[in-house]
Amino acid sequence: MLEALQLEFMRNALMAAFLTGIACGVIGTFVVVNRIVFLSGGIAHAAYGGIGLAFFFGLPYAVGTLGFALLVALVMATVTLRARHRSDTIIGVLWAVGMALGVILLDLTPGYNVDLMSFLFGSILAVPTSDLWLMLVLDGVILLAVTFFYTDLLALSYDEDFAQIRGIRVEFLYFLLLAMVALSVVMMIRVVGLILVIALLTIPPYIAERHCGSLKTMMFLSFVLSCFFSTTGLWLSYTLNLTSGATIIMVAGICFFISVLLELPQTRKMLSLRKR
Amino acid sequence: MATSDSNATVTIEVENLTVSYGPKPALLDLTLSIEQGLLVGVIGPNGAGKSTLVKAILGFVKRDVGSVRILGVPAEKAKGLVAYVPQRGAVDWDFPVRVKEVAMMGRYGNIPWYREPGEEDQRIVAQALEMVRMSDFRDRQIGQLSGGQQQRVFMARALAQGAEILLLDEPFAGVDAATERAILDVLERVKAAGRTLVVVHHDLATAAEYFDRLVLIKQRLYAYGPPKTVLREDLLSEVYEGKLRVFSDLANGEG
Repeated sequence: MLEALQLEFMRNALMAAFLTGIACGVIGTFVVVNRIVFLSGGIAHAAYGGIGLAFFFGLPYAVGTLGFALLVALVMATVTLRARHRSDTIIGVLWAVGMALGVILLDLTPGYNVDLMSFLFGSILAVPTSDLWLMLVLDGVILLAVTFFYTDLLALSYDEDFAQIRGIRVEFLYFLLLAMVALSVVMMIRVVGLILVIALLTIPPYIAERHCGSLKTMMFLSFVLSCFFSTTGLWLSYTLNLTSGATIIMVAGICFFISVLLELPQTRKMLSLRKR
Repeated sequence: MATSDSNATVTIEVENLTVSYGPKPALLDLTLSIEQGLLVGVIGPNGAGKSTLVKAILGFVKRDVGSVRILGVPAEKAKGLVAYVPQRGAVDWDFPVRVKEVAMMGRYGNIPWYREPGEEDQRIVAQALEMVRMSDFRDRQIGQLSGGQQQRVFMARALAQGAEILLLDEPFAGVDAATERAILDVLERVKAAGRTLVVVHHDLATAAEYFDRLVLIKQRLYAYGPPKTVLREDLLSEVYEGKLRVFSDLANGEG
């Protein structure tokens, strides 16, 4: 591994793991406590339409994907707020149609020779330096917005009805939150691919939640876990010659199951306490 | 219907309130004045409109006819004055948030977005936690509290908000006897501090013992007054129809 660090692609991969870890820690935490995992999966998959658009129109990858993912996030936010009882169906439709659009646009793109698999399953070993700068900027935007609206986001996440009664701009915050999910998802597609994004976004916060008393510590621990999963997965995939994205998710998944098993006795105790 | 002291301050004034969801009225021509500093129970069978009444007092329901005034202000404009204390099942237990943070959420409406909670906010939150006897638990994660304790944290949040009126939705549902005592004790303390509490309640057996006044509704208002005047056999038989026998014993038992 040490000699591997001398390689630029390896350094970039580690940097990408660190930068996406920030987004995963902060936004993944909100995704888990707000129970918008399905919605986030929808944004990740629909983002494929953005990749198709970018290649079809010859736009930079980041512009097409970011723009389209943001658009999908806003549509999904509107749907959840306005058609609450069937929102999951509509999100499912957008999820699939977004992907279909991407596939068809790539079919139509003349002379296209992009490695499709790298978007589906990630390519952390092929992250160019320019992408790292983009990740840095997106992390900056996310951290700034979350710091600025932290108390409001906390109130919204914990008890939406109460937040609304207290005059907090619940709808605006919801749009903002989904927009930040879109930004995070686009970053993470580089690392684990759009199909596996949802696991990296949710497993670290899920494990962290059991050990944290506040949202802030949960974010930090999720960040640490995310970095750990990415780097461990990266190292294993490098030494065992496996697909990096899938290996990262496998590492996260194994830790997830171990955590659930270890917590079982405590969970039982907690449930009995709640009856009192 | 019993009338109360005419010189007491009226906090909640409901006049000719009619609310309907679709063709069926949830509340019909309901008129009710609740005085300050009382612990009031709202009773009635399932689907009687108890929750709708609570929502109307919160200013969260579309009225067909009538008005709801809180300390003389229309309910829609009095939002800070009224606080809703949700059922404990309504909130995510696993959420990583500490007791004092939940209580501080009561202050959010009063704190402008550009500043952190100040000393005054901290003092108010400490006071609210003291009032509900939760000061010792201020740094606990809410998942580590018992059901009754979490209910009290929600009350602290409502008090921190500066609410004059607390609306509670079945606070005694699914708690054991000791917890029920503890919650009641806190309700009494909050009342003693001059707040008005309106509690949706379903257990007629304890209604007479717990509350100063009872509101008996089934779409219409059937009675409002001290428990003795409300828990009358004829009234209960009319409202609860077939299930009278059990309740008549109760009413007699309370004398």
